[in-house]
Amino acid sequence: MADVLPSVDVITIGVGLTGAMAGLELAKLGLKVVGLERGSPRDTVPDFQSPAIHDELRFSIRKAMMQDNTKVAVTFRNSSDQTALPVRRWEGFLPGQGLGGAFVHWNGQTYRAQVADFIYRTHLIQRYGEKFLEACGPELTIQDWGVTYDELEPYYDRFEYLCGVSGKAGNIKGQTQPGGNPLEAPRAREYPTPPMKEPYFAAIFRKGAESLGYHPYPQPSANLSQPYTNPEGLELQQCVFCGFCERYACEHFAKASPQTIVLPKLLKMSNYELRCNCEVLRINLDSTGKKATGVTYIDAAGREYEQPADLVLLTAFSLNNVRTLLLSKIGEPYDPKTGTGVIGRNYAYQTTGGATVFLDESINVNPFMASGANGTIIDDFGGDNFDHSQLGFIGGQYVGAIVTNGRPIEFHPTPPGTPTWGLQWKKAVVQHYNHTIAVQQHGTSTASRLNYLDLDPTYKDAWGQPLLRMTFDFPDNDTRMSQYVADKVVQIGNAMGGKMVVRGGTKRPYNSTVYQTTHNCGGAIMGADPRTSAVNRFQQSWEVPNVFSIGASSFPQNFTYNPSGTVGALAYWTLDAIKNQYLKSPGPLVPS
Amino acid sequence: MVEVSRRTVLKGAGALGASMLPVAAVANAAEAQDAHGHMAQAAPASPQAAPASTPAPSPAEPTTYLFLNSDEAAFIEAAVARLIPKDDQWGGALEAGVPNYIDKQLAGAWGAGERLYRSGPWMPGTPTQGYQLPFTPAELFRTALRAINAEQAQHRFADMSAEEQDNYLKTLQDGSSKDLGGIPANVFFSQLFQSTLEGFFSDPVYGGNKDMLSWRMIGFPGAYASYYDLVDQHGIKLDRAPTSLAENARGHIMVNPGIPARSP
Repeated sequence: MADVLPSVDVITIGVGLTGAMAGLELAKLGLKVVGLERGSPRDTVPDFQSPAIHDELRFSIRKAMMQDNTKVAVTFRNSSDQTALPVRRWEGFLPGQGLGGAFVHWNGQTYRAQVADFIYRTHLIQRYGEKFLEACGPELTIQDWGVTYDELEPYYDRFEYLCGVSGKAGNIKGQTQPGGNPLEAPRAREYPTPPMKEPYFAAIFRKGAESLGYHPYPQPSANLSQPYTNPEGLELQQCVFCGFCERYACEHFAKASPQTIVLPKLLKMSNYELRCNCEVLRINLDSTGKKATGVTYIDAAGREYEQPADLVLLTAFSLNNVRTLLLSKIGEPYDPKTGTGVIGRNYAYQTTGGATVFLDESINVNPFMASGANGTIIDDFGGDNFDHSQLGFIGGQYVGAIVTNGRPIEFHPTPPGTPTWGLQWKKAVVQHYNHTIAVQQHGTSTASRLNYLDLDPTYKDAWGQPLLRMTFDFPDNDTRMSQYVADKVVQIGNAMGGKMVVRGGTKRPYNSTVYQTTHNCGGAIMGADPRTSAVNRFQQSWEVPNVFSIGASSFPQNFTYNPSGTVGALAYWTLDAIKNQYLKSPGPLVPS
Repeated sequence: MVEVSRRTVLKGAGALGASMLPVAAVANAAEAQDAHGHMAQAAPASPQAAPASTPAPSPAEPTTYLFLNSDEAAFIEAAVARLIPKDDQWGGALEAGVPNYIDKQLAGAWGAGERLYRSGPWMPGTPTQGYQLPFTPAELFRTALRAINAEQAQHRFADMSAEEQDNYLKTLQDGSSKDLGGIPANVFFSQLFQSTLEGFFSDPVYGGNKDMLSWRMIGFPGAYASYYDLVDQHGIKLDRAPTSLAENARGHIMVNPGIPARSP
């Protein structure tokens, strides 16, 4: 039976980005905070050191930093008439594990969403009308977030300064800034640090995009262009473009991660306690089912504990937040047949694509000289930045040359028609390796009533609990969108001087064996209506007000950009609401 | 460097018994007269030093197969030599020690199913659901290779002409209905090629990519840690010998194929 431990004020389930941020903000108030992390403790020194960290096989191919799927996997199917089967090896998306979470091995691409993204349904109906939206797909279930860009702007700002993001503003308080993204939402001030150096592949893209009249800008990066001290007094260093960023930890203290921006301060606080290798089985509720009493977890030695707490924060990866809510029976599970229920509703992803641009062999791209976020991109086809009225779809994508590495097990492009092995294949690899640029498309994922998360009826984790079941395919709207942008990317590839440009663009069915992104989002979405959202605009459970679920699981659908910047902003927004409202008067922050 | 033809090598291995003195070791023995050249050229400090295109032969490193039996080794050696053949400029998968890489991976944690969710029930699934067989990689190779070698009892793959070998590999690659002891042939082929690719391009610490052959071939600098001063020298030709995370201060490659796939 479980040992019952002395009660604490706050538990965070997961100590990645949001768990570390919550720990620090709430421990600063003097609260007793416990962080429960299922993975191991780890730090820049001694765990992330060169040269061992520069091991493509271990980290990229064998997924060393990812969730231990021998214990907890996910099951997957494209549609609800299929039988979901376990994702037996991580391939299509890669949930992280370990202290610091996925924010240790992320690429550092740190964007804001746009004004229209937060009022997506309202905005689209205003601009195009209800009929247009209905024609894009009757199955689409997009909705507003319940929070606006203007409300989040100060929290975006604070998060960017926590990370020290390197970039160039394109719009400061409505004034267009040369060199930045003229299409971005207005920001209060410049980025904390200037943009990174522009690598060759990015410069080639810039020239091509400019020649077509587009508006290239440097990708905002949490791998820093220069040394920086953040508001918590923690120092980051300059990125050296080692080419081992995504799927790797940074040995140079140059990437914003919990280990560089939060934890050194947090772990010194006597009222904060970190417990690693602890698997939370569930949040416990009292007899009313309306109040959480704490959590039950199992430590590395298999001992079961009950940890009582006044406030429980779900700060795990989006999929794990949703699974814990389902296992804890907090909120009504979504039923795709009736469209009722909220937990698991509006699971969304990211619609990607891209072209491969084969250049003349006189051009040395040197793809291995790269950081995780040193691209040059355009927003001309992002979100609703272009007129959709004649296009028959909603949404869009940013487009950019974002080469993050030249690691050869993963990167060895050959033109179509090349044999897949043998002498001709080998010669083609040699011929094109250093003379090819992948141009990416990265964009909106429209929520659909057909896509959702629930508990698998068959497959279990190492503790005998059901795995999370993912039912997902790209809505036709999103493949139409991606194919439209793919045409534009071919034109850009030609303008970049491509001798051959291989068109990409997303097609159905979604394939869980091909890596696309780990921007899994939704499933415990925020909103203004408890019938269509799991959490209110402060990411507080409608049903159990002393539980908050923080992260990309709150996104009602996915916008054009990488999610981390918005996850950080939402975390600060929620933590402010907890500090300034909830703790003064514990209870629902929004009447249901 | 003494040229050793693949045919000679394979016959030699067969005669000696592959489990004791495998092909790669025979080839290495023939090349060993240039031994230690690698140490002298190792770890240049500037991008201009040491041309990357001259692979320096390293001393013979007799490999002992830990997992593969002699029949299995004979197939793997011959197959990887066709999947990534040698050409007039660069060695292929055999010369890069890929059979040794595959053997050590199969003998270790990965072969035993590390990072593979292994609970049933087992169902075929759709192509978008990925690998759904109960076999660990070690079981997959052992089972499929037993079926292949049984099928070829009269005319072994290793004794076929290059053209015959290529045709046979194509029947595996296209053979979703061809059964190898419960494993669709295309599933086995796909894993065989992926493993070959890994052994060819991964860090030499895992026992393949001998002398960083593949990295020199494409111009990948390996585990080198910083390009801050070079990244804005657009189009620069980086002409430097690559570096391995297995190199010690003297340039020796310290092979350690047993590195587990878990977070630090």
